[in-house]
Amino acid sequence: MNLKTKGVAKYINEPLVGRITRDVSSTGENSFLICEEIPADINTNSFEAILTSKDTSHLVENKPAVYAVPNFDHLSEGDIVAINEDGNINTLYRVNSFHNVLLATERCNSNCLMCSQPPKDRNDIPRLYSINQKLISLIPKDCIELGISGGEPTLMGEMFFQTLENLKEQLPETEIHVLTNGRSFAWQSMAERLAKIDYRRLMLGVPVYSDYYQVHDYIVQARDAFNQTILGLHNLARYNQRIEIRVVLHKQSIPRLTKLAKYIFKNLPFVEHVAFMGLEFIGYTPHNIEKLWIDPHDYIEELGEAVEFLSGQGIHVSIYNSQLCVLPENLWQYCRKSISDWKNEYLPECQNCLKLNDCGGLFRWNLNKHSDYIKPFTAIEM
Amino acid sequence: MIESKANRKFKEAAFYNSQNDGGYFLLPFKFHRLNGEKEILVNEVGDYLILPTGTTATIVNRQISKENNSELYGDLIANFFISEEAIHPLIDVLATRYRTKKHFLNYFTGLHIFVISLRCEHTCFYCQVSRVTENRDQYDMSIQNIDRGIEIMFKSPNPHVTMEFQGGEALLAFDNIKYAVEKSEKIAGEIGKQITFVICTNLALVNEEILYYCKEHKILISTSLDGPQSIHDSNRHKPHASSYALAIKGIKLSREILGEDQVSALMTTTTLSLEHPIEIVDEYYNMGFPGIFLRNISPYGFALRTEKSKYSTDKFIEFYKKALGRILEYNFQGHYFTEDLARIYLTKILTPFNTGFVDMQSPAGLINGVIVFNYDGGVYATDESRMLAEQKDFTFKLGTLNDEYKDLFFGAKAQEIAQVWSNEALAGCSECAFQAYCGADPVHHHATQGDMYGYRPTSAFCQKNMEIIRYLIELMESEPKIKKIFESWISKK
Ligand code: SF4
Ligand code: SF4
Repeated sequence: MNLKTKGVAKYINEPLVGRITRDVSSTGENSFLICEEIPADINTNSFEAILTSKDTSHLVENKPAVYAVPNFDHLSEGDIVAINEDGNINTLYRVNSFHNVLLATERCNSNCLMCSQPPKDRNDIPRLYSINQKLISLIPKDCIELGISGGEPTLMGEMFFQTLENLKEQLPETEIHVLTNGRSFAWQSMAERLAKIDYRRLMLGVPVYSDYYQVHDYIVQARDAFNQTILGLHNLARYNQRIEIRVVLHKQSIPRLTKLAKYIFKNLPFVEHVAFMGLEFIGYTPHNIEKLWIDPHDYIEELGEAVEFLSGQGIHVSIYNSQLCVLPENLWQYCRKSISDWKNEYLPECQNCLKLNDCGGLFRWNLNKHSDYIKPFTAIEM
Repeated sequence: MIESKANRKFKEAAFYNSQNDGGYFLLPFKFHRLNGEKEILVNEVGDYLILPTGTTATIVNRQISKENNSELYGDLIANFFISEEAIHPLIDVLATRYRTKKHFLNYFTGLHIFVISLRCEHTCFYCQVSRVTENRDQYDMSIQNIDRGIEIMFKSPNPHVTMEFQGGEALLAFDNIKYAVEKSEKIAGEIGKQITFVICTNLALVNEEILYYCKEHKILISTSLDGPQSIHDSNRHKPHASSYALAIKGIKLSREILGEDQVSALMTTTTLSLEHPIEIVDEYYNMGFPGIFLRNISPYGFALRTEKSKYSTDKFIEFYKKALGRILEYNFQGHYFTEDLARIYLTKILTPFNTGFVDMQSPAGLINGVIVFNYDGGVYATDESRMLAEQKDFTFKLGTLNDEYKDLFFGAKAQEIAQVWSNEALAGCSECAFQAYCGADPVHHHATQGDMYGYRPTSAFCQKNMEIIRYLIELMESEPKIKKIFESWISKK
């Protein structure tokens, strides 16, 4: 499934954000009309822009538009897109999905070996900030959950907090889940500023990959990162912020995994949720695969011990990006179908599996890199 | 603040090493030989590592290196035993951990024991309270003293106070209990404090009317059950009746009216009990209790006078181990059944938290966690302190209910006791590996050694704690399945 498409932009001088409609009779403000035939009265109704498969020979003077777009199949009525000077049409929000994410910035102060969205070192913050402000105002008020991701969102500085304030005001019923490496909160003032927003629907997902600084710093490729993150978590806890710990499972994190579980309980007992996550074969991972790959089958013992220990001590635990057939049955209760709809795939053999409906399956990009132990459940064995 | 990486080329693990010239600093920790092969190292906040005997010496002699002992080195850094900087970069985390361990100090006195009557209809041979069968006026707490006790209780800065009625047999003065409960409920409501009520009773006198009153006022029942009938009745003498039969009947009725979890029982280990660890555990299990608290007898008070209750700490430890073995058997069979003394230690050993158990704290729970208002208006540091007073030893009498709050809780007597109530500052304890798991007990040491400060090498308190703590650690470190069981006992789930 595609979230991007491209055509030829006209009269677009800055990114425009709007809701998709195919209904010519609607008069929605901030709406972009998708049409085959450009209506004759297009200049008198209130559509902000036109998206069409027609080429520029149908140019409408002074009307922002993207021409010659190959198809719009991926867009539903009400989806929110950004259209850019270069003709790119980026899907920002899909009404039929529970996995919508605001991209805060592609900048990052870490450089994790297994980053799924490798950072870029250009200053995209003001541009994305203004897109997101517009986007937030258009998101339906009944949106259940919204992620904020990067890059490292806190690198936005004050704009990060303003984004949250804006969200709290405009989407008071929406659960907000921010992915941050937490390092910025080593400055107490950052945690204090966050606390001032008093945002109970906000949860911060923070990665901790080891209980030993050098292993963690190596995995995230940043000196001092571990100490900053742990201090950051403590500062956040001091201000009663809700925290989730995220642990990616790979060859570097597995050897100390059960020790990490104990470390979390001893030193971070205030966390609300701990998520153990299978490795995604995308971003930097293929490049570093030698350093990272361990068949999930070969870490079930360590994972089981970590999960059962934390859960036994009353901490809510989940396993993400994992397949039921690879894990022992006692761990199934922790598995979540966590992979966003459009990234989620199954292997051909999964079609014969009796657990297909309960299993979270794979990332699309893991279809070629997965456990050797994937094996459908068939009636005879069950 | 906005920074990006200058260079996104991946670097090797060694690049992220912050150690300078192979050196490291020691953080405060203590150690103890567990058995022939292993020693235990315990850091300032109670986290421990079990290592082969002799490892402490190699650590102290700076013979541990990242290259040759990489896993151990990581363990020592991650668990706050050594640091690569003179001041550990996560010292604030360690400070928070320390505060969490001493969290029980935050609120000051919670448990307020009202000895509502010294009268009792039992004649238990080991009873630390003298029995007095009549004369209400002399041996019941007066309304005036109850009023004054309530007044002092609500001066406690603790937002949640517990009012516990003891005797003698508390139910002999049930009318006074009702008076105290209703008055305290009203005040608690007015000033916005939470209050929990507990009546300690042998249940012989309990009836539906009393229990419905308890239900209405959410009063918990704490009773005594020493084991099966033969043991219980022999320990707890009641003229012309079976104390056991009355206790069991009372427990059943209380559960019926109040609910299972509103009724708890305590046992006392006598010389007779020492021979029956299995039967005692079974009795608690069969009675449907979720666990048992294996308590040794107070080595002082009325009890000391009778030969029947004198036994050595060795004997108690042996009893304890046998009983614990039985409890573990139940757990191996899949039943959840706990031993509460172990649970207290294990909470300190395995979690970042502490317990509210006043007998095993440092600074000690006396005054800080518990205070006793005696029937006659005397104010004592602990329950045992007032029992000493029955033998005319007033060492731990802080004053009377007519004194000012500050004079009782912060007066000369309290200050004197405070000199010896922290095991961090007691010879023997100050370098003990189990210090963080143990406590200080000035009353015990005064009663048994004639000196509040105490002398650890001959202290029964120390002997018991040291061996039980060592034993619990040895058990769980040798048997993963025992560790799982222990972890389930301390779970907050
Ligand atoms: S065979 Fe496929 S659907 Fe079945 S459990 Fe394995 S991964 Fe899941
Ligand atoms: S009493 Fe004994 S076991 Fe407890 S801290 Fe002191 S020396 Fe250690």
